[in-house]
Parts: sequence; C-alpha cells; structure tokens
Amino acid sequence: MSELRFENVTVRYGTGRRALRAVDGVSLTVPPGQVVGLVGESGSGKSTLARAAVGLAPLASGRVLLGGQDVVHRARGGGHRPLQMVFQDPYASLDPRMRVGDSVAEAIPRTGPSDGAGRRAEVARLFDLVGLDAGHALSRPAELSGGQRQRVALARALAGRPSVVVADEITSALDVSVQGTVLNLVRDLQRRMHLGMLFISHNLAVVRYVSDVVAVMYLGRIVECGPAHDVLADPQHPYTRELLAAAPQRDGSAWADTGQGEGAVTEVDPPDPHHVPAGCRFHPRCPVGPLVRPDRAECLTLDPTPGSAGRVHGAACHFAADRLPPPGTAR
Amino acid sequence: MAVEHRTRTAGEKEPRTREDGSRSGTRDGGPAGGGQWFGVLRSPLGCCAAGLLLAVLLLAAFGPLLWSGRAAAVDTGRLLQGPSGHHWMGTDNLGRDVFFRVLVATRLSVALALLATVLGVATGLVLGVAPALLGRRAGRAVTAVVNIAVAFPGLLLALFFAVVFGVGTQGAVLAIGFATAPGFARLTQTLVASVSERDFVCAARVAGVGRLRVLTRHVLPNIAEPLIVNATIGAGSALLAFSGLSFLGLGVQAPSYDWGRLLGEGLTGIYTHPAAALAPGAAVVIAGLAFNLTGEAVAKAVGIPTAHGIRLPPPVGKAAAGKAPVEPEAAAGPGTEPVLSVEGLRVSFPGPHGPVTPVRGLGLSVGRGESVGVVGESGSGKSLTALAVSGLVEHPGTVDADRLEFLGTSLRDGEKKTAATRQLLGTSLAMVFQDPMTSFNPTMRIGRQLSEVAEQHLGMNRRGAWARAVERLREVRIPAAERRAAQYPHEFSGGMRQRAMIALGLMGRPALIIADEPTTALDVTVQRQVLRLLERVRTADGVALLLISHDINVVAQTCERVLVMYAGRVVEELPSDRLLTAARHPYTRALIATVPHMESDLDRPLPVIPGRPVTPGQVPSGCAFAPRCPAARDRCHTDDPRLRVSEPGHRIACWYPHTGATVRPDEQLSDPTTEAGGRP
Repeated sequence: MSELRFENVTVRYGTGRRALRAVDGVSLTVPPGQVVGLVGESGSGKSTLARAAVGLAPLASGRVLLGGQDVVHRARGGGHRPLQMVFQDPYASLDPRMRVGDSVAEAIPRTGPSDGAGRRAEVARLFDLVGLDAGHALSRPAELSGGQRQRVALARALAGRPSVVVADEITSALDVSVQGTVLNLVRDLQRRMHLGMLFISHNLAVVRYVSDVVAVMYLGRIVECGPAHDVLADPQHPYTRELLAAAPQRDGSAWADTGQGEGAVTEVDPPDPHHVPAGCRFHPRCPVGPLVRPDRAECLTLDPTPGSAGRVHGAACHFAADRLPPPGTAR
Repeated sequence: MAVEHRTRTAGEKEPRTREDGSRSGTRDGGPAGGGQWFGVLRSPLGCCAAGLLLAVLLLAAFGPLLWSGRAAAVDTGRLLQGPSGHHWMGTDNLGRDVFFRVLVATRLSVALALLATVLGVATGLVLGVAPALLGRRAGRAVTAVVNIAVAFPGLLLALFFAVVFGVGTQGAVLAIGFATAPGFARLTQTLVASVSERDFVCAARVAGVGRLRVLTRHVLPNIAEPLIVNATIGAGSALLAFSGLSFLGLGVQAPSYDWGRLLGEGLTGIYTHPAAALAPGAAVVIAGLAFNLTGEAVAKAVGIPTAHGIRLPPPVGKAAAGKAPVEPEAAAGPGTEPVLSVEGLRVSFPGPHGPVTPVRGLGLSVGRGESVGVVGESGSGKSLTALAVSGLVEHPGTVDADRLEFLGTSLRDGEKKTAATRQLLGTSLAMVFQDPMTSFNPTMRIGRQLSEVAEQHLGMNRRGAWARAVERLREVRIPAAERRAAQYPHEFSGGMRQRAMIALGLMGRPALIIADEPTTALDVTVQRQVLRLLERVRTADGVALLLISHDINVVAQTCERVLVMYAGRVVEELPSDRLLTAARHPYTRALIATVPHMESDLDRPLPVIPGRPVTPGQVPSGCAFAPRCPAARDRCHTDDPRLRVSEPGHRIACWYPHTGATVRPDEQLSDPTTEAGGRP
C-alpha cells in the first residue's frame, strides 16, 4: 500500500501573456486505502490535477510521488501500473472499435498472465469484480449502457492492480438511476481492495458519500482540506461554505440562505483563470471579505496560502478563525 | 471525426448528459456494418463507381494479354488514318491501331498510378505518424519538414523530383509518389493529433499501453476511414499527374506507352484526325472518374449513416395504435385559462426498424404564472417535449397531438402556421437551452442579438430596441449592462451567458419560459443564481415557467408542480412540496431515493433502480417501468396503466401505487412547515 502525494505541483498551459496556471503549487496527500474527495467548480483545476498525476498534463514544477517514488519515472517500466485513472465520459473513454474485453486485456501488465487463456481468465475475473457478466467482454462499447461502460472503465483501471485510482467525475455523465450503482460499486471495491482514491466531483453530496477526506479547490489552489465529516460540518473557508449552501438540500428548501443573502457578492461571476486576483484569490466573491467589510484590507494584497498550514483544515483564509455561525446546511 | 462531431451536434447536448436522440442513435447504430456497404452499392453513385472500377481493373489485367498483338501490329498501308471500320480510332504514324493501343496501355497507366499512390501513401503515413512515436523534439522537426513540403504545389514537386530522379518510368513513379506524400502526411498528422486527444487514447496510455500499440490499436483504426477515402481519390490524381508527365515526355519512354504518351503522340496530328488524341484522353477521364467515384462511394459507406432503407413513420392518424391512455384532467392548474395545454402529444422519428416514438402521448398544462417542472432520465422524452411545444422538432421528426394550445392558439403540426402564430411564439414564448455556449451567435454583439428580437417582433426602432436590451440585461443582474451589451458572447462567462439568454427571452412579452436543463452545464454556485433569477422573473412578471431537468432537486426547489416522465409519458404529477412526502409512483420514489444528498446514510449502500432506462425503440409492453419495478405484478407486464387522478392535484399512472407516507423508512424528513418557509 502506498500513498499518493502531490508536492507543490504547478501545471501551466500556454506561454507568455496567455499563460494560465491551471494548478498553482498544490500539495495534497492521498493516504493509503483512503478516499480523498476533491471538489471545486469548473475551471478550478481539479481535472488538471488528476491528469497531472497520471502524466497526461506536464508538470511545470513540483513532484507527484507514489509510495515515495516519482510517478513519472515509475511509469516507464513495463510492470504494474500502481496509479490508474477512470475518466468522466464513458462514451468517450472506450475505443469504439474495440471489443471491451480487449480494452481491458491490454491494460493487464506484462508481468501478469501472458497466454491467451490466462488473459481471458483475468478479464473474466475483472468483469466479475465490477459486476459485469463475462459475456459482455465480446461487446463493443456502443452495445453497452452508460453504467456498463463505466464498469468496463473501472475494470480496465483495476487491471493494472493499482494501489491508487484517480476517478475524475466518473458519475457526472450517468443518469441518476445509474449513478447510485456506480457509486456503490466504487465504495465497495475501494473497501475490499484497500485502494487509495482521488475522487473528483463537482457534486458535494456524491463526494460526501464516498470520501474520508475532502479537499476544496478554487482557482488552482487547495483552499481547505480535512476529514470529510469535519470539513462538511464545520467549514472554515468561506468558499466551502458557499459550496455547501449551494448543495442540494433534502428538505426541498431552496438554497437555504447562509446569512449572506443574495447580495451583490454571491452574484459575482466566477473569476477568469487568466486574470487571477491579487492577494486572496477568492476576495472578489467573498461574503466575509473586503467587499463586505472594508476593514479587511489584507485580503486585497496578502496571499493567505503561505500561512494556511497553521489553520484548521489548512484553510487559505486570513479570517478562517472568524467564523460565521455554522450554516444550517451542515447539520 | 466528422461522424463523431455530427452526432454530437445533432444531439444538441453537452456530453455531460446525453439525451434522447443521440444516445439511442449510437446504441442502435453501432459501427458501420456490411449493410451499409450494400446500401451504397445499390445507390446510383455506388453502382457507377463499382462498375467503372471493375471495368478499368479488368481491362488493366486482361487487356495486354488479349490485344497486345493487335496493338503492336504495324499496318504500313494505313498510316495516320482517321476512324474506320478496320481501325475504330484510326492509326498512328506507324499504322498501329490506336483503339487497341489505348486498351493495352490501361495496364501500364493504372499500375504506375497505383504504384505512385502506394508510395505516396506509405511515405505520407510514415511521416504522419512519426511525431506520435518520436519524442517531442524529433516530432517537431518532422512536422516542420512536412509543413514546408506542403507549401509547394504538387506538380512543381513532381517536376522537381522528375528532374532529380531522371527521366523515365522509375523517376516518374518516385516523383509523383513523393509529391503526394506531404499532403497525405499532413492529413495523417492532423487526424492522429485529433484522435490522440480523445479520452480513450489517454485512457490506454494511462493503463500502460505502449506508444506503438496505442498507434496501431487505437489511433490508426479510428482514422482509417478518411485515409482510405483520400488514398482512393489520390489514385485518381496520380493517374492524371502521371499522364501529364508522360505527355511532357518525362514519364514513360518508348517503346513502352501509357495514355499520357499516346496523348502526346496523338496531339501532333490533332487537326488531321482528332480521334488519336481523344481516345487516350477519354481513357484518362474514365479511369480518373472510376477512382474518384470509388473514393466518394467509400466515403459514403464508411461515413455518416445515410437515410437509405430507413422507413418513414406512417402518417399518424387519430386511430394510431398505442394512443395514450390518459383520462381527462379533472382539476386544471391554477388560473382559469392555461398558458400551455397539451394532450396526447406524440413525437416520432423514422428508425431503421420502423418509426421510434420517444414521446408517447403526453399531457400537461401550465397555468398563468405557474412553475411546472419536468423530471426524467435520458430517453424519457422530456427535451423533445420542450422542442415539440415550441415547434422546433426538425424533419424527419413528426409531432402529433390531440391538443396543443399555447395561449388559446393551436400549434398542432399540419395546421397552417400563420404569421400571427409565429409572432405569438416569437414574443410570448421564451426558450432557454442547456448550453449557453451555442445559444448565441458568436459573431454578433449580445446587445444586438437581444435588440433584434424587439425590432422583429415588437416593431421598435434600433435605438429603442437597444435601450430595451440594456434594460433587460440589467434586469437579469448583469453588471455594467451598457458595456456588456456591446460585448461578444465569448466575453461572457457561462452563467452570465445563461442570464443573457433569459434576458433574450424577456425581450418580448413572454407568457411562458421553457427552460431545458438551463443549469446542467453550470457550476452549483452559478446554478443557484440562474434558478433564482428564473424564480424572480416568474414572480415579478407573472411569467409561467416550464423547467425541464434530470435533477429532481433542482425541480423540487424551483417549481410548484412536478411532472415525472418515464419512457415518453408522464407517470406522476404532484405538487413539489409533496414530492418527498407523498410521491406514490414507484419510479418517482426510486428516483428520489437514489439521488445522494447531504444527509444520505453513509453506512449503507445507496438505493438503486435495477435494470437500465428504456430506449425509445424498445418500450416494454404493459407498464414501461414494470421490468425495473419492485412492486410489479402480472398485470403490470400486460396492461398499460392510465394516468388518473388519485386526489386533487395528484395524478399517477400505476396499477399498484405506494400507499405509505414517506419515501424511505430510514429517511429523516424535515418539518413540512419549514419547507414552506424556506422557499424564497
């Protein structure tokens, strides 16, 4: 069992004036056998972080370590692939011209069974693991439903006998009635196989259901990270509170106002990652920031990230300690 | 590539949630099979192409065997003669029969053209895939070389190479081969690059599949179609180019001869007997046509499925089978005259196995100022319902309804759409689509697009319309509305674009806003803003709202009344404040239970609905939900339940509706009184 660790990872797209830091100095640890849920809005860099982990996005700086070893160097070998990824769209992540059994088979490492029968048996075992009939191995992706395809994608990820799996929005392309089965399967597999997991989603309720640790990402930075229960029950960063307030509530009450009301602040649009605000990145939208409280000038100039290690949940906020009464949403 | 793109746009949906048409299409369609080739072969184009190609190839194979003697026979008595009974196309300067020489020349002409094509394609392929196999730096170098080569015209390259390799057959083959290579390499590079970006290639790389194997197993099979098509068409061009070189004397040398050479020889006497030049010319044209038509036919066969062999739905009559068993609604919505009133709505599309009907007899009514939500999964027909109501279902889809009235005006298909009806729809009905990216014309300023509506439908002048546009943008809380109105859609963020879309709907005097998944492409925090805005518009101006969503939470939070759709029908209709407490249809209850929420029990698995959603092509008999229903009995599999009123404001289509009070025994529901109070 090994842990996945991001050390000060930065991913940059483009150069010069159009350069964009999709991920900006992120450090995050996925402990062995635990699920880290990563939430954030689109453009926050959570998918880029996932792609950086498996080598699909080049690191501008920093390292991604798996069990203490650099992932990039490890991936060169032909043996196990201890870090695997499941993609968001099961309609796009399987080769439409390949039988799904072959898609899974080619992910079996060379150290595994090498003869045809052995590989077929391994594919059958993997299919069984994800609750698919082994007969489906001969189907093409077009013949399978979305949920079945996502199971195949899971089987392919498990073929490499990984210790950590990165799951990028794996249920957002599925129907609600199918989402539940895939979530149950993910949770079941993770517990049975003691997989470490980086589970990325924009849906807090889904993240809450599968995660041991929750990390919140905003504009390329992690702004809060802690045990799932604590973060959801006692959010430190105002952005986390925003997300919680926007999450679907069971009682049908519409977006229970968290005391901030629908003032000008919450109506502000998400920022442009090309023009990152100075100081605290969240300040133009912050309901407890300088727009609402003019006395909090340090938010405009001072980046709260460097001191975040000393705060509860590593919250990147100067006034994290100065909390509003706990919002009614996080009961 | 084009195939993929086409299905996407046809579906009009983000990949995030596939909807009705596009998904069922891919599921039923599958990869192009043998049937498609057969279909193309039967089309005029296919049969012409196949016939010509076969003729040319047979001639190339057997021509020299049969006629080389006659083609070489020297008839000294008839030099340079015109067409006659002895020599159909006359004779050349040695008295040889031109007609047979043309036939015999087929082999050499076609063989050399194909050889050059193979050389060009192979070289192009190697250069094209090299960047994918080599490292980044070497790959860039190859790309640069190809880019430079592409900049030169093909014929210039061919002439250049012909000089380099020397005059003669071999030189000409190499020249034309290398001249076609850069274009092909460029095409290959582009295709490889586009496929390499796709998820399944990334997935294979992450899974540890080597570069070469990714290329041969994943990339090449998925770009083979356009490459084959281009190679076939390229063969036609190579034939022409080769004839050109031979004609110029740079290709085939005497005593061998191909069409180009015959053409060159015949040209000297074109005024005395034109047939000697025309015959080889015609041969070049026919063979070139054979290759190009074959290319076209192959493109048809491997490309987008055509409408061949798809049966159109029969004209839907009143007595059409499967008419929706709906009882007339006892209690109409609040308000005396409904804004929208629909009964027995059916939408059909032609499919390969007979017509498919994704909406099968749907009824709904929306009262003035009322907000009604429609929930359902992919394939339930909810989006098609929205399109049908606004008259946006495109050919070959057909819309039929017992009643389809908007503000008292019938919108049924077949009834003439007068200018007045269009005017009514233009001003009184507003649509908000899922993807704010594609709803606006990217080349026009936002304000202009808004003011156009007022000019068109309200007859306002340009300045007045602009002022109204700015005012409406301000109304939907777009900051600095005046400046923003002069901006282009790409300068707006997703949430802002969606708000501008709502402003667009408000330019007229809408009585109804139909919002089809307006927040699916947006983030949760932005979703809240947009839903709030819709709510505010509704209460402020008394506009009715028909909100369509896959998200039961969104609908429950925004709407007063909820319609749950399954397999093209409404299965339950109830007030949204009773959705969580009093839903009685097993599907509604399952839908509510399966969605994880912030209070889901973490210690037990999420409840699930077994089976998979119904595809519009295969609706089970009896109750469509029966195969997935835990409470189904024998009757459910044979008899279709009617949508009937169970109590005021509550309709259910189920033989054995649930009678309990709460949705799940383990669920802690909040106090209903706070529910009412919490609504903004």
